[in-house]
This record gives sequence, C-alpha cells and structure tokens, in this order.
Amino acid sequence: MWTYLARRIIQTIPVLFGISIITFVLIYYLPADPARMYAGPSATVATVARIRHELGLDQPLWVQYIDYMGRVLHGDLGFSYRKQVDVTTLILGRIPYTFALICGGVFIELAIGLPVGIISAVARGRLADRLGMILALLGVSAPPFWLGLMLLYWFGYLIPIFPLGGTGTPLHLVLPALTAGLGGAAWYARMMRSSALDILSTDYVRTARAKGLSQFLVLMRHMLPNALNPIITMAGMDIPWFIGGVVLVEQVFDWPGLGRLAVEAIETVDVPLILGTVIVTALAVVVSGILIDVVQTIVDPRIRHGQ
Amino acid sequence: MVGAALVLLLILSALLAPVLAPHDPADQFRDGLTPDGQPIPSTLLEGSLRFPLGTDANGRDLLSRILYGARVSLVVGVLANALAVALGTLIGSIAGYFGGLLESVLMRFTDVMMAFPTLLLAMTLVAILKPSMWIIIVVIGAVYWTWIARVVYGQVVALRDRDFVIASRALGAGRVYSLVHHILPQLVPTIIIWGTLGIATNVMLEASLSYLGIGVQPPTPSWGGMIQQAQSYYRAAPWLVIFPGVAIMLTVFAFNLLGDGLRDALDPMQVGKL
Repeated sequence: MWTYLARRIIQTIPVLFGISIITFVLIYYLPADPARMYAGPSATVATVARIRHELGLDQPLWVQYIDYMGRVLHGDLGFSYRKQVDVTTLILGRIPYTFALICGGVFIELAIGLPVGIISAVARGRLADRLGMILALLGVSAPPFWLGLMLLYWFGYLIPIFPLGGTGTPLHLVLPALTAGLGGAAWYARMMRSSALDILSTDYVRTARAKGLSQFLVLMRHMLPNALNPIITMAGMDIPWFIGGVVLVEQVFDWPGLGRLAVEAIETVDVPLILGTVIVTALAVVVSGILIDVVQTIVDPRIRHGQ
Repeated sequence: MVGAALVLLLILSALLAPVLAPHDPADQFRDGLTPDGQPIPSTLLEGSLRFPLGTDANGRDLLSRILYGARVSLVVGVLANALAVALGTLIGSIAGYFGGLLESVLMRFTDVMMAFPTLLLAMTLVAILKPSMWIIIVVIGAVYWTWIARVVYGQVVALRDRDFVIASRALGAGRVYSLVHHILPQLVPTIIIWGTLGIATNVMLEASLSYLGIGVQPPTPSWGGMIQQAQSYYRAAPWLVIFPGVAIMLTVFAFNLLGDGLRDALDPMQVGKL
C-alpha cells in the first residue's frame, strides 16, 4: 500500500509541472502588460520599463518560468499586482472558506445521492424508482448558479430561514452547500443505482438471500461495500468539475473563497494571482485524486494486494 | 423518445425564433416598464399576450429573448461538442492504437488537461482570446475533448488485439487502414452517445461562462448572461432568473434524456440501468 501510494504521488509531479507550464504559457499571451498593471495607469514609460526589468518580465519566457517555479518550490507564489499583497497570504486566507464549502457540498452529495440511488435500485421499475430517476436527471441538468439563486429566493427571501449571503455562522453554509451538492447528489444517485443493480444480480447476493439474510443486511453487508467501488472511481473523475461548480457557487453567494479570488484575478488580469490560484486548485485536484485512491484501497482489498 | 421530441422542439423554436417571438429581442418598450422604471411580470394574468413572460430591466420582452437565446445555446453546444468529439476521437484512437511513445505523450497530456479545473481553464482561455461566440465554441471544445479521448482510448486499447483486427493486418491491411476501417466503425455507438451527452455538458458550460460574464457578449441574448444581468434584483423580479434557468435546465435535460435513450438503444447490456 505504501509503495503504491508513493508511486501515485510521484506520478502526479509531472502532471503538476505540466499544469504550471501550460498556465504560464497561456498567461504570457494574455493581452495585457503586467508591468503596466503593476505601475498603474499614470506611470511614465520609463517607470514601466524599470518595473518590467525589476520583475524580470523582460527575460525570455523559459527564464521567467524557472525563476517562478524556483520561488514556488520555496512556498512563495509572488506578489499580487492589483491587491499589493502576498499571493500566498491571499490564498491561505481563502482556503478555509472553500474547504468548508467543499465539505458541505460533498456531504450533501453523498447524504442525498447514495440513499436515493439504493432506494431506486431496490424499487427498480416501480414508482419510487421512476420518480427518483426523473428528479435525478433534472438535478443533473439544473445549472448550479441558477439553483443557488432559486434557493436564495425561496429559502432566504420568501421564507427567510437562511441568510441571503455572507459568512459567519453554520447557517450561512447551508444554501451554498446545497447548491454545490444537489447536482452531484443527482449524479451519484444515478451511479449508485446502476452500480447497485449490477451487484444485486450477482450470485453471492442470491446466496446471501437464500440463506435467509434480511433485505437490510444484504444491502449493508453485501451490496454496499461492492457497489461503492465504481462510485469512488467516478468521484475521482468528478473533482475538476466539482471545483468548477464551486467557483460558480462562490460567485452566487459572494462566498469569499478561492474560486471568487480566481475569477477576480482573471477579470483584473492579475498575473501572479491567476498563476497562484490555478496552481493551488490544480494541486487540490491532484491531492484529492490521491486521497480518493487511498480511500479506494481501504474499501477494496484487491487493490491493496496488487491484483 | 421524450428526449428526442424535446430536442426537436428546442431546435424548432430556435430556428423559428423570428416567427414565434412576439417582439424583437432588442426592442426596449416604453410600456415594458412600470412608471417608476421597474420591469413588469407576465401580462398573462391580466389576460394580455403582450409580454407573456414579463420584461427585463430595459423593458425588453423576456420570451423573445429566451427564444433567441436558444440559438446561442444550441449552436455553441452542438459545434463545441463536434469539435471535442473530433479531437477526442483523433487523440484517443491514435494513442490507443499505435501505443508506445505516442501513447505515453498523448495520454499524459490528456491527464494534465483533465487535472485542470475545467471552468478556470476555460476562463483563462477566453480572457486571452476575447469573448465571441466562435471563441467560446473553440474554448469549450478545447477543454472538453479530454473526456472523449479517455473513453475512446479505453475502447481502442480493448479492440486493437482482437482477432478481426489481427486478421485484417495479416491480410496485408496497413495500420491506418485497419484503424479507420476496422476499429473506428466499432466506436460509432460510443461516439453517438457521447456526441449527445456532451452537448448537454457544453450547453451548461456555455451558460456558466456567460453567467460569469465571459461568454457570448450582450446585446446577443444568452441564457447565462440573462441570469447574470438579473442577479442583482432577483428578489424584485424573480421571473428574470427563473425562466432563463428553466430554459437551460430543459435543454440540458433533453440532451441527457436523448443520450440515455441512445445508450439503451445502442448498448443492450446497459438497458434500464442508468
């Protein structure tokens, strides 16, 4: 297991470098002059040139990249041109909010998605199944930013249970977490149903039934541990999309997380901040991919024993 | 079936937008605003067909704008997906069939692109290239192909050592010939299914980019953009958020339903499972 994990971590290093290179090249072609942004609109041409030299922006692209990565490896993500603050400080300040939102969203996904999927599988073809699956398909199809505004309108404004935005109390997290999680919940419900149906038609489930186990025990002991595996794999593939959804949710609720910071950075062409946010989110994607692999080895002994 | 009917209905309403829409989507009506300049809700309750879904903050007819918005969503969704499917099939099948260094390079590149947060990558690309409908199509195609490449790659790897492929090579078929004539036809069902499901995803991506203000630019009406503009007064004029959102949801729903139906039809092993 540990060698597997080590191999997995080493494999992600080229991916991270690839992402940093692509982002760096992309940003190099942004139609804005970072030195001018840093100097401000009233600076003279000479000042801009001096700043360009000081920031190393007059160097060739690959020299700039190596300089930048050297600093990144020492934990220094640079200095935001617009906000005049350390990018590392800015990002660290936003991470707790995004982390809370992701945890809430994933909780909603699983707490709603898995039971609905199991119920649909057990009630295959009956009304509960049909209804569950139509709702799930609608849930997959609803744009998260719209869902967020609808939840705000109904449960923040018409029936004022939850605050209309901002942060502070656990109540503030409820609507954003629901928005981030409902689409995924619908998706997991579909996956869970499909996976459960596969398992429920196997011989060992029939044997378990034949020896007189109750429906509940069959589901909990025999179906669930086996059905979870493909779902965990899918969860790994879902992460980049989930994080994209979080960006939208943060926008709707004015949630001060990493996604809003990234959107602001792109809007204001704040180069170091764009690089920093993209690299940190990519790192988050890669790390959660590894975490999911770890969960999978725990759930499925076959992987642990290298089969 | 329901999916196919819904998709057909959507395409028809986009095509016939000039006939179906009660007004020009850009016209700002004086009677489209209340005396103190507020948008007005649906006039249906008052028994008038003047503004069936109400008006927006500029006094424009919401129904007409939604009908015209369907054009943007469908054109972007379909064309972006055609690009993604073409790129994904090309890269996935080459990597899967030829193997070796080509396989490693192409699939590692796919891995890198997949680890990118989709929306951030699309936003950065749009910021570089300046938003317009064609750029949005290219950008969405450029971030979505990885999924199709993965699926196609997996299938080609499973097919490349099958007897019928080896037999065709033994009979003297070239590598490219056997890829094009013996392996690609096997992929047609997959491509059709993803070609449909992908449209749903790409309609959603377009709406998301427009919602973030970096999609198709006003005055061209797009559903995501309409929601963005209405966001600041969703409490006073909720219809401006509700109806464009319903339009997005229906479109995505229709293509998902059609894709599911096609999968059941083309892949008998999967019937009734998803």
